[in-house]
Amino acid sequence: MRNPIGKKIVDIKPSGIRKFFDIVQETEGAISLGVGEPDFDTPWHIRDEGIYSLEKGKTFYTSNSGLKELRTEVSEYIKRTQGVTYDPINEIFITVGGSEAIDLALRAMVDPGDEVLIPQPSYVSYEPCAILADATPVIIELKEENEFRLTAEEVLEKVTDKTKILILPFPNNPTGAVMEKEDLEKIAEVVREKDLYIISDEIYGELTYKGKHTSIVSLPGMKERTILINGFSKAYAMTGWRLGYACGPEEIMKQMVKIHQFAIMCAPTTSQYAAVEALKNGDEDVKMMREQYNHRRRYLLSEFKRIGLPCFEPYGAFYVFPCIKKFGMTSDDFCTKLLKEEKLAVVPGTAFGDCGEGYIRISYAYSLDNLKAAMERLEKFISKL
Amino acid sequence: MNIREEVLSIIEKNSRIDVHELSVLIGAEEIVVANELKALEEEGVICGYHTMVDWSKTSIEKVNALIEVKVTPQRGLGFDSIAERIYKYPEVTSVYLMSGGFDLMVILEGKSLQEVASFVNNKLASLETVLSTATHFILKKYKDHGTILTRKYEDTREIITP
Repeated sequence: MRNPIGKKIVDIKPSGIRKFFDIVQETEGAISLGVGEPDFDTPWHIRDEGIYSLEKGKTFYTSNSGLKELRTEVSEYIKRTQGVTYDPINEIFITVGGSEAIDLALRAMVDPGDEVLIPQPSYVSYEPCAILADATPVIIELKEENEFRLTAEEVLEKVTDKTKILILPFPNNPTGAVMEKEDLEKIAEVVREKDLYIISDEIYGELTYKGKHTSIVSLPGMKERTILINGFSKAYAMTGWRLGYACGPEEIMKQMVKIHQFAIMCAPTTSQYAAVEALKNGDEDVKMMREQYNHRRRYLLSEFKRIGLPCFEPYGAFYVFPCIKKFGMTSDDFCTKLLKEEKLAVVPGTAFGDCGEGYIRISYAYSLDNLKAAMERLEKFISKL
Repeated sequence: MNIREEVLSIIEKNSRIDVHELSVLIGAEEIVVANELKALEEEGVICGYHTMVDWSKTSIEKVNALIEVKVTPQRGLGFDSIAERIYKYPEVTSVYLMSGGFDLMVILEGKSLQEVASFVNNKLASLETVLSTATHFILKKYKDHGTILTRKYEDTREIITP
């Protein structure tokens, strides 16, 4: 028989983290701080709108681009948070999570050989999606001394004639790093000068703890060079609804929608109705969750200080990214040993790129009680090293 | 949110939290939080630190009733003096002045149905300013003070590539 598998896909490494979590699941009594999704339920009024839409028989496809009402709400939302206006008809469309939008943006914009700059540590899908789109991923290694922000110098170092796209993954998973306006301004300058496009993944945009999130699209000349990606999973605790969106120049959106219509048709209808309610009446929920996350963030940082685990202060997402270099082990060994000896699961930094070596990701999408129990285990573990 | 609001929003849900932890969560100095708490107590903003007990899970019998009370307001005193006569009974846990079809909402806790009935009969209905009462017994508490009593939290999130 012929080999049924295509070469391109075989060459892509599976996410290394799967294996690790299979062990977690088999470990009785393990506490996990590994999950990257909110622990809150979707607010009831949002779920209720989803249910109501089903009762009303809203069980058909929507248009390929998504409900007009939802696109209008998205447009309003970006206007009130970033002061930027997107045309709901031609510049916004609804996707199956932010992750679909990442895939589509890359596929719609690159030709074979084009280079895509990917800052790491970052979310696991940028690199494989770039490869699947026949682009060449070029990794930028972010540094703790810069609080894992991306600097203009780092971009310039990696830009070549072939560079077409810069991925901007902030607020960042796994580091929790944010880019403030001044940081973005320097990046924008390089982007204009080198004629690059940006894919800005702002899925954690609502979860910042030091002032409001600034999107690069709010800077002069950036809207026409940026695909803004966001979604409902993190801000509204709606991961399972699988709903996100992409905003950008009409000519790019047109091509992205083309792939979307052939591959996906449209995003889930029920989720879209629920999302309309989220954008209309969900601000208070987001605020409540953000406050809870912030309490937990402060608690963890204070505990790290107490037990002697160095960590820069992150102001976004729901992750902290402490440094374990002083214990003289690899991230993998540290996490494996921590799981084995204290039954506490955290994610090795290397899951998010080679430069995550020496770090671990701890998610605080867990209740304070849970975090307290986990910190007891972590303290015990560290005291033995 | 300012410190005062932050303190209140946390302590309203968890009165057992100590000053140190409270200061960590808020991101303020311990002394600042301690002073704020003291001020809140002195000003009567914080009126007490209670524990929510689901008595139905114990062997101790408790009966709760809501009583709608219509009264004649008294000249110069309005509803305050009649409310005071009612809230002084220890079995009365809450008294609210209401808008709408009746005047006072009285919430009562007793050991048995008879005890509550006899309170309504002998104490409440016999007050001369009370025109009528309507007693509703609570059969089951689903949610109280923002806490769902019937549900235990379980983490059902599945493993997924981060």
